[in-house]
Amino acid sequence: MTTTATKPGVGPSGPHNPRAAITAKTLRTDRWWLAPLITFVGLGAWVTYATVRVFMHDYYFVEAYHYLTPFYSPCLTDRCVEGSALFGTPLPSWWILPEAAFTLPFLLLFRLTCYYYRKAYYRAFWLSPPACAVPDGHAKYTGETRFPLIFQNAHRYAFYAAMVISLINTYDAIIAFRSGDSFGFGLGNIILVGNVVMLWLYTLSCHSCRHIAGGRLKHFSKHPVRYRIWTFVSKLNVRHMQLAWITLGTLALTDFYIMALELGWFSDLRFVG
Amino acid sequence: MGTKRHFRVWRGDSAGGDIEDFDVEVNEGEVVLDIIHRLQATQTPDLACRWNCKAGKCGSCSMEINGKPRLGCMTRMSTFEEDETVTITPLRTFPVIRDLVTDVSFNYDKARETPAFAPPPGVAPGDYRMQQVDVERSQEFRKCIECFLCQNTCHVVRDHEENKAAFSGPRYFIRAAELDMHPLDDRTDRKEYAQSHQGMGLCNITKCCTEVCPEHIKITDNAIIPMKERVVDRRYDPLVWLGRKIFRRDQLDGDGENMAPSSSVGVTDVAKGAPFTTNRGPEGPEVREDGRMDVTEVTLPTQGGPSPFGDQQFPLPSGRVAYQPPAPQYGVHDDGQDGDHGTDGHHQGH
Repeated sequence: MTTTATKPGVGPSGPHNPRAAITAKTLRTDRWWLAPLITFVGLGAWVTYATVRVFMHDYYFVEAYHYLTPFYSPCLTDRCVEGSALFGTPLPSWWILPEAAFTLPFLLLFRLTCYYYRKAYYRAFWLSPPACAVPDGHAKYTGETRFPLIFQNAHRYAFYAAMVISLINTYDAIIAFRSGDSFGFGLGNIILVGNVVMLWLYTLSCHSCRHIAGGRLKHFSKHPVRYRIWTFVSKLNVRHMQLAWITLGTLALTDFYIMALELGWFSDLRFVG
Repeated sequence: MGTKRHFRVWRGDSAGGDIEDFDVEVNEGEVVLDIIHRLQATQTPDLACRWNCKAGKCGSCSMEINGKPRLGCMTRMSTFEEDETVTITPLRTFPVIRDLVTDVSFNYDKARETPAFAPPPGVAPGDYRMQQVDVERSQEFRKCIECFLCQNTCHVVRDHEENKAAFSGPRYFIRAAELDMHPLDDRTDRKEYAQSHQGMGLCNITKCCTEVCPEHIKITDNAIIPMKERVVDRRYDPLVWLGRKIFRRDQLDGDGENMAPSSSVGVTDVAKGAPFTTNRGPEGPEVREDGRMDVTEVTLPTQGGPSPFGDQQFPLPSGRVAYQPPAPQYGVHDDGQDGDHGTDGHHQGH
């Protein structure tokens, strides 16, 4: 035979050449379902815990050491106990209203529109796609081009709000060093400060923050200071996923520790005061 | 002396096909592409596969190995268990030509639609001056070897064929980002282009492009998300919009009305009324009466065997190029504070 292969022609199905006829939906042999499953369980458990705690309306403040859980900060309803409401109590005590009614929605929005969490829940909850080279769980797909997902583009506003809320959380952690009238320091302070540090790192590692800090510039050489800030945020940004999970952990731990102290399950390990 | 291992390879063409089983010898240090070559040498001389450099730099041997988009030459056999069956299939997203060879012209259509690098008017090649710090971000994206694994794995087109017209894919998002971040690129409408014509809004940043990139380009974090944020600046951020109105920056650069439309609107053949298709028209060389091509060089105008797609004669005859490059739109960049290109260099070259 002195011939080469036949010329590829127009496919039988008309203008579109068909793809390779492979019946298996995916040929992946590794445990591709493990990562989305862990995400599903992890996020699901956290959201359940947080929802229960927020609507418990109790066990959020340790008066003796001035520990306030981040889930109730700033405490704004009439239900807030003496000393926990730093900004007054402008809101009525209605069961559906969380104590931190002005901040929790923004924190929820910040995490919902976060570029990491979007990946996590699109994969684990919406199965779009559950893993790479595994088929989408939906027949139609429009991405983030229309309502409601087009509002993912508002992430930077949630970031601005999260910065303000981080400042409030920082203030909470600082005034917790005052037990009664004197200086006090216990394990709860370490947990509160650790949580705030991680919250700051998570907030500052945000992709929108990276863009605002300097990513939007075309010429770094004209803006050396912003370039330095961008470089710093970029280093944090690489760890955005880890920080997202670490902060979920520290938030739950802080809240649980304070709840346990209030319920008297154990007492705070005090170093000073 | 190696061991015999079990392989399953998809064989067929656009009319259909199936996965066939083979037992092939595997030696220490070999990669999947070596096994394909051994198959061709010993059992299936007509197995079709694209390959070139065997060093992970040409981007030819893209295939799916155990369901994962990989380069055949960069997938070591030592990463599999001795008794593991290795399944090799062609890229799923693109029309198959034969066996492991797919028609990736979708990507070339999208490449043609992306407006080219546009230096400021009056700066000639050779006079380009820029600082390393300014061009660094763009350089990451120049590592791309165009293996199209990201295009193949992206579920926007992999699972939804109907999105192909509107969606350019990760490879062209990094191209858009590369040029938008380039210190000497003077177009100001690339953000609008990325959103309206490349379909950036369809991306839901599930990061599979980054996962499969053999060059480890951080496609999502360094190109797509920054470009999405830049689009937000122009389209969705009321504060930035207000700032542009107050400082009247909006009068200096347009909103992309005279931007190149894409295939979905029509720069390529689609503009001339042809429906969007990834199928190539008949453009092959002369065939004999039996429908087959000669392999002899004597009767052919070029050296080597004829391409099954036809050999291109250069220069291309006028009217043959369907793509009309749009005129660059120049202007002042929304650069935070000021917009000229002055201090960083290229004027020094004059």
